[in-house]
Amino acid sequence: MNVDIKSENGYAVATLNGEIDHHNAKEIREEIDRFIIANQPRELAMDFSNISFMDSSGIGLIMGRYKLISECGGRLVVKNPRQYIKRVLKISGIERIVRIVNDRL
Amino acid sequence: MEVINEVKFIMPSLSVNESTARAVVSSFLIQADPSVEELSDIRTAVSEAVTNAVVHGYRNSKGVIEMTVRLLKGREIYIKIRDRGCGIENVEKAMEPLFTTAPEEERSGLGFSIMQSFTDSLRVRSESGKGTTVIMRKKLKNHE
Repeated sequence: MNVDIKSENGYAVATLNGEIDHHNAKEIREEIDRFIIANQPRELAMDFSNISFMDSSGIGLIMGRYKLISECGGRLVVKNPRQYIKRVLKISGIERIVRIVNDRL
Repeated sequence: MEVINEVKFIMPSLSVNESTARAVVSSFLIQADPSVEELSDIRTAVSEAVTNAVVHGYRNSKGVIEMTVRLLKGREIYIKIRDRGCGIENVEKAMEPLFTTAPEEERSGLGFSIMQSFTDSLRVRSESGKGTTVIMRKKLKNHE
């Protein structure tokens, strides 16, 4: 499974696993969207700790979830991207609209 | 340009081959002993170019994607990715950051921006109805 979602008191964490490219972004997207629509969380954190590769498909994935959860009245957080993924995020300028946090050293 | 080694890889335009192309280029580059960052940059740029061919070049059809990777004298990497799909009508426009013709598929329009940022040079040749060729070059640093 590419994504594992845990939720408590309206706060959810979606731990993503493996690589994010155009081929496998669809499955991750569908799984997270089903969760958002069914549970309407106050906050969803997409945890990138276990992501070893991401291209611009990951930007589309984050932007799409940001739009959906915002429409549902919640907020999106991006957690623990590796240094290399941060460079992809920086090119997109996504940090201007989505909070990026690190809770692991 | 003096070619030290070269690999040519031909694949059908299936999205699963985005990762196959990354694996091929990674394996080929081992001989040049790139840094982790250089390898990530090249893998990402290749992924973007192959994805463009799958998503845009062969949008309404299936076809073949050809990838050529060369190790040149002076630790320079040359990568050519070619499709014979629908081509790009306006290359300049397509290269603008955030421009996409596939927003419904959540394409961010950053593919060319990433290819440009992660390599030293990017050249795109395209002809409507005939296909697109992307050529990227990146010089690897010398490290002891």
